[in-house]
Amino acid sequence: MNDMTVPNPSTATRVPPPAPLGMLAELTHRCPLSCPYCSNPVDLEKRSLELDTETWKRVFSEAAAMGVLHLHLSGGEPTARRDIVELTAHAVKVGLYTNLITSGIGVTYDKLKELADAGLDHVQLSIQDALPDNADRIAGLKGAHEKKRILAGQVLELGLPLTINAVIHRANIENIEALVNMALEFGARRVEIAHSQYYGWALENRNMLMPTREQVMAAAATVERLREELQGKLVIDAVVPDYYARLPKPCVGGWGKQSLNVTPQGKVLPCHAAETIPHLVFDYVTDKSLSEIWEHGSAFEAYRGTSWMKEPCTSCPRKEIDFGGCRCQALAITGDPANADPACSLSPFHAKITSLALKAADSGKTDYVYRSFGGVEGRPKVQITRNNGAPV
Amino acid sequence: MIEVSSDAVPKLPRGVRLRRDEVRNEWLLLAPERVLKPDAIAVAVLERCDGVRTVTAIVDDLATAYAAPRETIEADVKKMLADLQAKRVLDLN
Repeated sequence: MNDMTVPNPSTATRVPPPAPLGMLAELTHRCPLSCPYCSNPVDLEKRSLELDTETWKRVFSEAAAMGVLHLHLSGGEPTARRDIVELTAHAVKVGLYTNLITSGIGVTYDKLKELADAGLDHVQLSIQDALPDNADRIAGLKGAHEKKRILAGQVLELGLPLTINAVIHRANIENIEALVNMALEFGARRVEIAHSQYYGWALENRNMLMPTREQVMAAAATVERLREELQGKLVIDAVVPDYYARLPKPCVGGWGKQSLNVTPQGKVLPCHAAETIPHLVFDYVTDKSLSEIWEHGSAFEAYRGTSWMKEPCTSCPRKEIDFGGCRCQALAITGDPANADPACSLSPFHAKITSLALKAADSGKTDYVYRSFGGVEGRPKVQITRNNGAPV
Repeated sequence: MIEVSSDAVPKLPRGVRLRRDEVRNEWLLLAPERVLKPDAIAVAVLERCDGVRTVTAIVDDLATAYAAPRETIEADVKKMLADLQAKRVLDLN
């Protein structure tokens, strides 16, 4: 592993950042599913640490006041929070666009109706595959797929707009057309074909999830064709698989530029996986206001803008387009989060990411490490403490 | 993209909201995972997409309000509505 470059905040440019557009509120890490590609961290935050109702409401008020537009009520499974209706109603009241990101499991019709009545704007429902048995195997819960089908019907009945989200990986990549057709059949206006991104649980499961290059090429062609065919009926948004890419993705639209995440215990992150970068220090909504954290928090300042960059990013004409790609992927593959994302063909580590992908795709492994509290067996556990340092 | 008929009744569906953003001091059209920035004329059109008025009624109203040639307005409005329908942020009934 290379030495890490720790950016010096004193040399960072001090222009106040524009307001974020979106906020992902991970209301809880509890979830009835155990998907092996979950973007939550491997060390899930326990229920006893979760923020209380009043704190979340204050955070939503602060988010709206600072200019956040979309609020993604996520998790885990956000409806596992008993106060989900009260939280949604508050978010609506302060003017946020509310998006419920749900597994669809454990959501009763009555609960959904209460959410609709509270002013919920939109529902995003995950599905794991078009083949029910395979979908249930991936989700780690028998009967899950059928429950999702029922929920989709109820979403439509209540007049709520529906997006279907399908995370794509080796076990379902051949079924993209069937997944898109299922989204249509479920009455969705929009579908996300989101290739697995290898952080958190997905990184643990890379050997089991990675598709072959040929599968990725075929998938891209299928998505293009379906987009043409279904224009005006169904919007297809795709998250591209970057292990086989030549250009990196503009991860989260630029670090600390457009969005922020709040974890169940109130830790504020620039992205899902930011906690994997060991030198970053995160602030909590229980200690500081959201705007103070967004504008001055050291984790946000660390990779905001372009002054932290190294070559080949520094002199790259695309540095304001893709912002050097993803910091967490740079760390995971190259050992230094300030390096160019190795998905970029200009990165000296590009050959490494390609060979990792080819090896993973060829591993033949299918035994998932399912998401669970308690982390991954055989891995060192991170000591979890409250933000005041007290043990849990 | 579809041909928009003069009898069609455009409406912003649930999940799509036109709102004034006081922080950025501009009008926004909020949709699932999308933020669209309508200009002043687009805002004038969108404000009239109430699920009651037909395209003809909207065009007539705009032609009067802006004292502009009806044909030009009609073509622009239909193009804009077709584009928004393709993005599924507008329903045409």
